[in-house]
Amino acid sequence: MLTHKKTNVEKLAENLGNEPIAGRSLWRDAMHRFSRNKAAMAGLVVLGLIVLFAAIGPFVAAWHYSDIDWSLMGNAASAGQPSIANGHYFGIDDLGRDLFARTVQGSQISLLVGTIGALIAVVIGTLYGATAGYFGGRVDSIMMRTVDILMSIPYMFFLILLLVMFGRSILLIFIGIGAISWLEMARIVRGQTLSIKNKEYIEAAIASGVRPFKIVLRHVVPNLLGVVIVYATLLVPQMILTESFISFLGLGVQEPQTSWGALINDGAGTMRYGTLWQLMFPLGFFIATLLSFFFVGDGLRDALDPKDR
Amino acid sequence: MTEHTQADTLASPTRTREKLLSVRDLKVYFDIFPKGAMPWTKPRKLKAVNGVSFDLYEGETLGVVGESGCGKSTLARAVIRMLPVEGGEVVWLGQDLAPLKDKAMRNHRKDIQMIFQDPLASLNPRMTIGQIIAEPLETHYPDLSRAEVKERVAEMMKTVGLLPNQINRYPHEFSGGQCQRIGIARALVLKPKMIICDEPVSALDVSIQAQVINLLMSLQKKMGLSLIFIAHDLSVVKHISTRIMVLYLGNVMEVADSADIYRQPRHPYTQALISAVPIPDPKIERNKEVILIEGDLPSPINPPSGCVFRTRCPRAEAKCAEQKPELIFAQGTHQVACHFHD
Ligand SMILES: Nc1ncnc2c1ncn2[C@@H]1O[C@H](COP(=O)(O)OP(=O)(O)O)[C@@H](O)[C@H]1O
Ligand code: SF4
Ligand SMILES: [Mg+2]
Repeated sequence: MLTHKKTNVEKLAENLGNEPIAGRSLWRDAMHRFSRNKAAMAGLVVLGLIVLFAAIGPFVAAWHYSDIDWSLMGNAASAGQPSIANGHYFGIDDLGRDLFARTVQGSQISLLVGTIGALIAVVIGTLYGATAGYFGGRVDSIMMRTVDILMSIPYMFFLILLLVMFGRSILLIFIGIGAISWLEMARIVRGQTLSIKNKEYIEAAIASGVRPFKIVLRHVVPNLLGVVIVYATLLVPQMILTESFISFLGLGVQEPQTSWGALINDGAGTMRYGTLWQLMFPLGFFIATLLSFFFVGDGLRDALDPKDR
Repeated sequence: MTEHTQADTLASPTRTREKLLSVRDLKVYFDIFPKGAMPWTKPRKLKAVNGVSFDLYEGETLGVVGESGCGKSTLARAVIRMLPVEGGEVVWLGQDLAPLKDKAMRNHRKDIQMIFQDPLASLNPRMTIGQIIAEPLETHYPDLSRAEVKERVAEMMKTVGLLPNQINRYPHEFSGGQCQRIGIARALVLKPKMIICDEPVSALDVSIQAQVINLLMSLQKKMGLSLIFIAHDLSVVKHISTRIMVLYLGNVMEVADSADIYRQPRHPYTQALISAVPIPDPKIERNKEVILIEGDLPSPINPPSGCVFRTRCPRAEAKCAEQKPELIFAQGTHQVACHFHD
């Protein structure tokens, strides 16, 4: 018995020296810090719920977003309030269409505009900025002066002009928003790349003969990712806001499709008839999403770069 | 060119070891643009390394000493071709590396490795220790199997005094001294012939410095390495160096065997540096005369004429401003660049 125990202890002692200890990566540290940030976690939960709403909403809705409820048309103010009984959970809009279905549809469009705009910014901005920053010199000057020039164009004016000229289309909005959103990202990424490029671990990689492409992939990009992720989460609400503003001007998505901005526009227009729900539902989603993104972005920044504060 | 042949023929006859590295009249200049310069203004040249020559033999350690900003790191980076060379030769085993393209240079990189000043900053924070040490292996031997790489990495970790079970941890989980051991493991994993250590202990606690230096010395003996060991003060290089080269403002002031330079420094600058090294015996320490070097390091953009040290030299005369002293053999292998050397 005694000898048996002893060998066990010996085994344990041996294993203590051999079993690899799991390291704490910076990502895990960041996730841990993030999970302790209450506002950011709340934001994440709210965002999750809103995405869920946009995804399964069409199956829950009793009506299609373009169908008009003829029985209620014309008396939205008196009979169109939110009601479980007739299937209009969020009430109806001014034309007698189901507001729940329309809010679901608007959420889909707005979230899509936000994420696709941010995605374009991430891909183009990161590649462009990292290239300019890593190669430096003349390449860098030309690329960044181009960004400066593009940035000096009053782009909202430009976008509105495009929409007026070519007609309203969701594709044009995607292109317009995406084409502009990457500029700031490129600048941020370039700045970050410049500082990473001079780090000793890059020098160490060059000194041991690692190829430039591999250096960018293994050493530059992973160290850029934190900044890119934070900025991307803050870009999504910016994109949503831009789209909403365009929709608010009446130049956004085409009927019967809609977006939060368009719904808010409609709701604001009919507010004085006493149909407050037509404003409040889309506005609620809109504000909840923006705030959540800001909280999440802020939480990510704190979590990924604790030295900053 | 004449200096070149002179140095070659005068190389010590007592040395029978193979000459690994031979640097001749190496020049590294940086373009400096004044603040707010227009794109078309001509840059000014900062002569960070201005005509340095030295040799490195198999198994020996060359200590490189000089004040901060005198061009030590620039010299190291130019030797391993991380910086473009303005002029001169870097002959590695008979081949000049200076004109090589990046691609051709990459093949030599497994023989020449480097250890950096800031141990933590020289390790990618997003990679595990295992990935960091394995990277040079994977770069130069892409055919090695995963198991082989892992085995070699673990073996290397043991060699430098790290527990192999730390393989999956990240740099920020280690102390400065341990990080430097990781850096050393990365440099050694390819079994190089030469390692350039750029102030490898300057960022470490004094108690850790000795450990790292001792580790480097024992590894050198075990693996037959040649070292270029850079430091900003003489006391650090004393134990480890076979020979010592003293730099000032991108120029070589003195090169001699380690014992020689301590016993009989011939250049006024070296003499001042050595007088500042503390002596363990308190009696001698109290009575010794410290030669103070007054004034600041001149700017390498606008170096003094003639001898670069003349603005701070206690022995400077008119000739020093007119004529640049050549690096000559004062006695045996002891080289010095001064018109009025001892
Ligand atoms: N990339 C660079 N661009 C311009 N000047 C540089 C650069 N690197 C170093 N220098 C200058 O070259 C000189 C030597 O620097 P360095 O080799 O780092 O000195 P040391 O390592 O001896 O402290 C300094 O005057 C420094 O300002
Ligand atoms: S050459 Fe002149 S200035 Fe230079 S170290 Fe010798 S004595 Fe001093
Ligand atoms: Mg240095």
